[in-house]
Amino acid sequence: MARLIRMDQTGHTTLAEWTAGDAAAVDAAVTAFREQLDAGYYAVVSTGEGHAEQVRELPEDAELVILRRPIAGG
Amino acid sequence: MTALPETAAVYWRPRLDAARLRRRGHGWTLTTLAHTIPFLATAVLLMALEPLSFPVAAIAVVHAWGIPALYANRGAGVVRPRPRAGDASECTALGLLGDLLGHEARDLHARTGLALERGRLGVWLVGEAGALLVRPGGRRVDCWCVQAKPVTSEARRIDGELPSADRTAHLLLALREDEEGFATVANLAFSGAVWRLRRRLAPAMRPALDAARAAA
Repeated sequence: MARLIRMDQTGHTTLAEWTAGDAAAVDAAVTAFREQLDAGYYAVVSTGEGHAEQVRELPEDAELVILRRPIAGG
Repeated sequence: MTALPETAAVYWRPRLDAARLRRRGHGWTLTTLAHTIPFLATAVLLMALEPLSFPVAAIAVVHAWGIPALYANRGAGVVRPRPRAGDASECTALGLLGDLLGHEARDLHARTGLALERGRLGVWLVGEAGALLVRPGGRRVDCWCVQAKPVTSEARRIDGELPSADRTAHLLLALREDEEGFATVANLAFSGAVWRLRRRLAPAMRPALDAARAAA
């Protein structure tokens, strides 16, 4: 089962879970995904060892989509 | 590969690449020399003119040694551990970070608090609020101050502070997305010899620097 998680003060929170064939779950995940992007989070998918890719649409075939905060120089 | 979106917030900075990084490193070396040589020259001159001025000459030498050491201390500060969140959230965050890291890097992080990541610019050691970049050859290190920010001030209130492993995971993911963009966004706190930084690092973190140096 694929998961959309957001890193936060609890460690991380699972916002949505879906499987490719479950249209209702995918729709709910897409809605949650867009809400988080609108709030300013960035969505990232691991693409093999040492690589990650930012995504702007929910990749339905990804196992794990991670929402992260922006970074800035300290 | 897409550019890190955060680079838009620092549009005035040219995108960092290996050549620009080398030039910045040379700049730091020249600055260090400019701070050091006048004090050493003063000490030599004083001793040549009047050997009894030895105490003043010694103070000048201490300044020549101390100024680069202070810079190195600032560099080491970027990976100094921050206050911890609650145990449960730290455990959850550590689980996610562990999933992102390979076996060796996970083990190294457990021992040192730093996550080792190989990149095109060198070998990175990612901490909670900054990262170290050991350049190829393992002689020079750059210390970058960079951290995850709340998306809004409201989010800061609701979301609170991130667990330490989550802070590291944020930086690790951004680094993996776009290494050069990551270095562009981050602020350079120190660039210099690895040995100079190593003396200023917490002893527990030194094995990570040694591992990065060996891998670079």
